[in-house]
Amino acid sequence: MLLGKKVGMTQVYDEKERLLPVTVIQAGPCVVMQVKTVETDGYNAVQLGYDDKKASRRTKPAIGHAEKAKTLPKKYIREMRLAGDAKAELNQGDSVTVSIFAETKFVDVIGTSKGKGFAGPMKRYHFGGMPGSHGTERKHRSPGSQAGYGTDRGHGGDIKKGKKMGGHMGAKRITVKTHRLVSIDQENNLLVIKGSVPGPAGGYVVVRTSQKNKV
Amino acid sequence: MNTALLDKVESKCLKKDIPHFEIGDIVDVHCRIKEGEKERIGIFSGTVIARKGRGINSTFTVRRIVAGEGVERIFPLHSPNITDIKATRSGKTRRAKLYYLRERTGKSTKLVQEHSEHTVVS
Repeated sequence: MLLGKKVGMTQVYDEKERLLPVTVIQAGPCVVMQVKTVETDGYNAVQLGYDDKKASRRTKPAIGHAEKAKTLPKKYIREMRLAGDAKAELNQGDSVTVSIFAETKFVDVIGTSKGKGFAGPMKRYHFGGMPGSHGTERKHRSPGSQAGYGTDRGHGGDIKKGKKMGGHMGAKRITVKTHRLVSIDQENNLLVIKGSVPGPAGGYVVVRTSQKNKV
Repeated sequence: MNTALLDKVESKCLKKDIPHFEIGDIVDVHCRIKEGEKERIGIFSGTVIARKGRGINSTFTVRRIVAGEGVERIFPLHSPNITDIKATRSGKTRRAKLYYLRERTGKSTKLVQEHSEHTVVS
């Protein structure tokens, strides 16, 4: 696992001379902020940090936490849970770079999607909407019926829980799975991943080896 | 968005030896064409009427008249399928996009030849 920042999208030609749409992620070097063990924390995990906080934003608790790893407070801190009782191979203060993906072919990317604000059901859930004409008035993008008497028979019509309606869309944690890792650039700490990745350019992301296609 | 980093990624795919040609030139574009297993080189020649984009997105448009019908092809400048671009005749132009040629037919589509340094007179 590695933390990084989305740089943006571009295109590259692959070895078969096909043009691929790719996302460039500047990932690492991350610092191991803390190693959690069953004895001390109840579970095994490695805490990674990325991107220094600027001096005016560093709090004393954050400085104290970072000092144990001999580093500065980080803007983006995420934990990598280790399965079962596997012991961490990393030590506090270690640096993790893109080189860990040298053998990897597929990755998952976790990010926060772009916020869309309050969105109607057509945009949010791909509803079909109502006709544009034939007597339709003032409800071209409406969700239609929400419930009838029969949806909760005996208690009077009630809207079921989880009914798809308009509401806040985006700005949510999204995982995209099994994206091909096209290339890595160790010099500039870049990962080149095929396809799109959630979030805006400059948004923080977590990149991990694909859990479906472990190569 | 840090375009400098994107440029670094793109730069590996960019061609370094693109032959010089200008808007208005008549060019032969040597293009690799795959037919089943076989590969051959097809040549599309015509007038360069536009160059667009930057970096890996840069393209150029070549227009010619085939059997009385105007045909335009847009080539990605850095595509590995384009093996060569040969300027055979230069044309005098006063603008960067020669879209006005689309309205013209016959002799008026021909641009006045301009003898610049890169011109290859065949």
